[in-house]
Parts: sequence; C-alpha cells; structure tokens
Amino acid sequence: MDEKITLDYGSGGLKTSELIESILLPAFKNDALSRLGDGAVLPGNDKLVFSTDSFVVSPWRFPGGDIGKLSVCGTVNDVCMAGGIPKYLSLSFIIEEGFSFQDFRDIVASVAEEAYACGVSIVTGDTKVVDTGKGDGIYINTAGIGYQRADLPGKESIRPGDAVLVSGTIGCHGAAVMMARSGLVAENSPLRSDCAPLHMVSAAALDAAGPDIRVLRDPTRGGVATTLNEFTENMPFSIELDGSALPVDPAVEAACDMLGLDPLYCACEGRMLIICSPDSADQILAVVRAVPGGENAARIGTVTEDMPGKVLLRTPIGGRRILSKLTGIQLPRIC
Amino acid sequence: MLYDRWFKNPEDVPLILEKIRKYSDRTGPIRLMEVCGTHTMSIARSGIRSILPKNVQLLSGPGCPVCVTPANTIDMVLDLSQQSGVLITSYGDLLRVPGSKHGDSLLSRRALGGKVESVYSPMDAVRIAEEHPDTEVIFLGVGFETTAPGTAACIQEAAARNVGNFSVLSLLKRTEPAIRSLIEADDFAVDGFLCPGHVAAVTGAGGFRFLPEDYRLPGVVAGFEPADLLYSILALAEMIASGRPDLKNEYTRLVRSGGNPAALALIDQVFEPAPSDWRGLGLIKNSGYTIRKEYEKWDAAKKFALRPSEPKEIPGCRCAQIIRGVMRPAQCPLFKTACTPDNPVGPCMVSGEGACAAAYQYGE
Repeated sequence: MDEKITLDYGSGGLKTSELIESILLPAFKNDALSRLGDGAVLPGNDKLVFSTDSFVVSPWRFPGGDIGKLSVCGTVNDVCMAGGIPKYLSLSFIIEEGFSFQDFRDIVASVAEEAYACGVSIVTGDTKVVDTGKGDGIYINTAGIGYQRADLPGKESIRPGDAVLVSGTIGCHGAAVMMARSGLVAENSPLRSDCAPLHMVSAAALDAAGPDIRVLRDPTRGGVATTLNEFTENMPFSIELDGSALPVDPAVEAACDMLGLDPLYCACEGRMLIICSPDSADQILAVVRAVPGGENAARIGTVTEDMPGKVLLRTPIGGRRILSKLTGIQLPRIC
Repeated sequence: MLYDRWFKNPEDVPLILEKIRKYSDRTGPIRLMEVCGTHTMSIARSGIRSILPKNVQLLSGPGCPVCVTPANTIDMVLDLSQQSGVLITSYGDLLRVPGSKHGDSLLSRRALGGKVESVYSPMDAVRIAEEHPDTEVIFLGVGFETTAPGTAACIQEAAARNVGNFSVLSLLKRTEPAIRSLIEADDFAVDGFLCPGHVAAVTGAGGFRFLPEDYRLPGVVAGFEPADLLYSILALAEMIASGRPDLKNEYTRLVRSGGNPAALALIDQVFEPAPSDWRGLGLIKNSGYTIRKEYEKWDAAKKFALRPSEPKEIPGCRCAQIIRGVMRPAQCPLFKTACTPDNPVGPCMVSGEGACAAAYQYGE
C-alpha cells in the first residue's frame, strides 16, 4: 500500500475496496458492517435516539485525544444526553489527498478503541478523498443510534430551587486544543482534553434518580456558560453559579490566564451538566463520583427566580455578574 | 511562582471592603481609573463593581491598544492589505477592528481574498517572511510598553538574518504622555489611577511617579487578580482620604522600581518617541514609538510610504468619550443596539479588553 492517501482511494473503485478491506473492516469487525451493503440492517426498539455530528478539529491530534476518539465520544455523548443507550454508529471520512496512511491507521485504531469502550458498533460508513488544499487533513462525520433509556422532560420542567451539577472539571478540551494550536504546550504539561464518553456517568445518574433529572447536556462549543444560557433563554427562571464551587483544573486555569480565555466558555468533550430536583442532588453526585471520570463532580449552582432568562455568576470574592452567551470566538489577548 | 490561588480568592474580602467603605464615607464619591485592558477585563470578570461601596466608581481609560488606534490608521492598513504580494500579520484582536466604514476590517478583507494572518508572536511573522521570500510580510506592531520590546526584538532578528521582505508598521503607544494628556484635559474628573502592572514591569513602578509629583494624584501599580485590585483600590481610597497622594507598588511580585533594563534597552535601540494619534485623545506629543533610522529598512511606514488619511470618526460611536472616562458604555446610543460583539461598530466593542465589550459580556 502507498504511504500517502491519494485521490484514487476515494474513487469508489479498487483502491477504495483496498482501504475498506485492509484498514476499516478489521478495525470494526461486526456482522452488520461485514455485509458491506448500502446501509446496515439492525435489530430495533420501539423508541430510538438518533444524533449526528461532524468533526473538523485542528490539530487533529491534541493532548488527551485525537479526531478519531472525539468523533466517537461526541456522537455517543449526544445520544446519552438525550436519554439513550448508544448502540450503533456510522462513520464517514473526508480525507485530503496526501494524508499519511500511518496517521489514518492511528485514527481508525482510536475510533475502534473508543467504540469498543462505549459498547457501540460501527455499522456503516463512507470514505471520500478530496484534492490537496480542499480540506484540512481529515474530517469525520458520525451519526449514532441508541435505545431510549429515559424520557427526559427537558428544560420546560426546570423549577426554581433545582440544583445544577457538573460531572467533572470544566474547559479542559477547549484549553488543551487552543494551547496545542498555539504551539505553547510544554512537554511535561499536565494539560489534557477531557474527551471521554459519557455513557457510564449518564447511566449512573439516570439509574439513581431518573425521574428527578430535568435535563442532561454536554457543554461542548461555548462551554458551560453558553449551554446554561440555552436553558434559561426565554424561560421564567435564572441560574446562579457559585464561582468557588466550579471544578477547574489548575493547568486549565493557567492556560486560560495565558491565552486570555475563560474556562466557563471553553468547550468540554467529556463532561455533563445535570439539572435535577434539590433532594436528588447529593445522591446523583455520589453515584457519578463513583464512576471513573466522574470523581470531580460537583454541585455548581442553583435555579433561581432573581433575573429570569439570565445566568449569573457569584464570583469567589462575592461579586455577582451576568454570564452571557459566548459571542464571536474567544481571541487570545495581546497585552 | 507568580501564579498563586490566594490572589484569586482572598479570604479577607469583607475586611478590605469594610475599610474601603470607611474611607469612602469620609471622602464622598471617588472616581478611579484603570488604564490597562487586562484590568478592565479582570474588574468585569471578578464582579468587583458589584461589591464596592456605591460611591466608589471604576472607570476604564485608554488602556486597550486596539481601542486607541484611530479609524484612519485602520483604513490605511486596510488599503495596504489590498496590495498584491503583501501579507499582513498581527495579533488576533486587531484583525476584527473596523475602519471608518462599518464592518470593514482585516477579517472581512481576508474573506474577500486579502492576505491576513494572526500570530501570537512577532517572531512568527519573521518566520513566515523567511518561508515566503516572494511575499512582503508586514507585522502590525500594536500595544504599549508591554509589546514594544518583543516588537523591537523581532526587528533586530530580521536585521540580523537579513530578512528583506519583512517590515513592521509601528502603531505602538507610550502610556505616560497619554495619561498626562487625559489629566490636562478640561473634562478630567478622576481622583486616582490603578496603574498598569504589566507596563510597570517594563518601565518600572517609578515610571508613574509623575502622578503624585506633577499632578498631586495618587497611583497604585496593580496586579490583575481580584486581591491585587481590591488592595490597590483600598490603597487609593486611603491616600485620597488622607490627602497625601503618593505612588505605591502593590504588584511587587512582578514589578521592580527600575523596571526591566534589558527590555528598556531593547526599546531604546530600535524605537524613538514620536507624536502619535489616539482615538479620543487626538495627536499627543511623544506618545508613540517610531522605528529609528538604523532600522528603517524594516519600517513599513517608510517602505510603503504610508500616510493616514484625514481623521475620520465613526458616526454615533462614543468610544472617544468612553476612553476618556467621561461616558460609560451604557450611555452610548449604539451600545447593545447597533453595536454588539458579533457586529461591533466601535473599537471598544471589538477588543475583548475594550470597555464596551467588558460591559456587554459581564454587565456593568
């Protein structure tokens, strides 16, 4: 096989078959995929959860993960947040001509490893190759199907007094990718993306207190602040966060200080926000903390009636300010 | 280690606030001004305004380098970006600043095919020039005494490696002449200054002695964490109450009295003070840095014979008044209506460190 992926590998002909049979099939071996039909035939359930996401992260390899791992976690997490048990994924690549086969193999291995860990099967997919200069190395799209575990009532059910929980430290993914992009990451830096699947923590929370959970959401682009604003927008309640209760990794805090970013606006890729009844908060925290990856779960805020529609932050020094949605993109500061 | 959690979350906030309240009860309303964009953001992010006594007011002065760059200078840069074979490099903030025409920025020019790239360090711009010998790479040097040494170093580096297709357009500003001009204006009404810690790290705390000595105004060189700001505000309130203005250095973990001699030497080798035009303040003597004759080969202003057009301000925009502290962002008729961070009209909304962006993002 060649060292670089060329346009031939996206032709749909011999080379495409070679790529599928030598790299993709062995990595994701399962009956539904091996038939190589135009689509997969799957056993059903009466209620399904269905989601899709595209991944264009640059650089494609970052501290704590790569685009392959991210493309599984991202869609698995969306299915989990909708109350589903993720079962099947589709996997589509758009590869820029000249991308190294070795890097492609690494990405495929990373997809396979993560899919196995999440208990999902890759059952259908596609590969396209575009001309040099028409793509940034590699893009991935995944779609995921899950069986419904819980019918979450959604943000309309949120009531004043409800608790706001987060399953771990915030802003790690955004900070790690920004640092990797800027080339400022020291070799021994503890800064890592939080990229991880949420199937275990979400299952633990739903099993422990399903009926008391109003809404689950993974705070990806725009971070915790933007996601919470999506809950409060046009609603008769506000959310007040306790700044001193926010779990922020010191490495993330330092990176944000350096780049002029705010951890509350940096993306997470393996964290979950939970809004639940006040009585169930302690129980949910206990079960989430017992799951690997949920150790730093914390209660970070409360639903209030103070300023309907707004998210507020009580700062560690006791000040209070509005947390608005992320506007534009976070730009690094200049002095 | 400079990084210290304590400064972010001091235990004695109630005590400091009580003392500030005691002094401000005695003095009546006091108005304090910060002249550094990082202070502006830090004050907004920590919510300090919401816990200070009502009669202590914090104002944002001309501290954001992007905000004080006049519209006609941006227009000049926009024209430059359209020349063939030219690549403009600068820090991210500057790329979004509109010139005198709404929505016309380096970023919008890039979308139309102009060659524009954001860099973290001027050295990256020199590297880009070396990698693309057929392209004229211009770095827009923007900032105060803080970014001047790095800009000077990259010019020396380009000279040492004889990179002929690289040049710098110096938009650099000096802090002291601008503060003096602000104080000497008719509508000046500030009782004390939070002096910029990062500028003082270069110039030395002594660089702000002119405040008490020439104007009988108190100043405190302040760090950027909530504890730094609270202690500095307390020190200012105390000096105002006692009627004994002085210059204090709260940021002793970074700022020495004499500053950073190596950085100062670097600035002096490459730049010399020159008149400079400020948005809101106008032309101020000695308030900018131009590139010395020895390095004129790397001076984009000379190389491309650049001259800003007639001064033109943006209709309706009150950035000029906001920068002087005579108006709050919320008093501008465009604030949150025509002017938002996603669609900024004036520079104070564009830069993350601008007074309007801070007020929009974090509330006032």
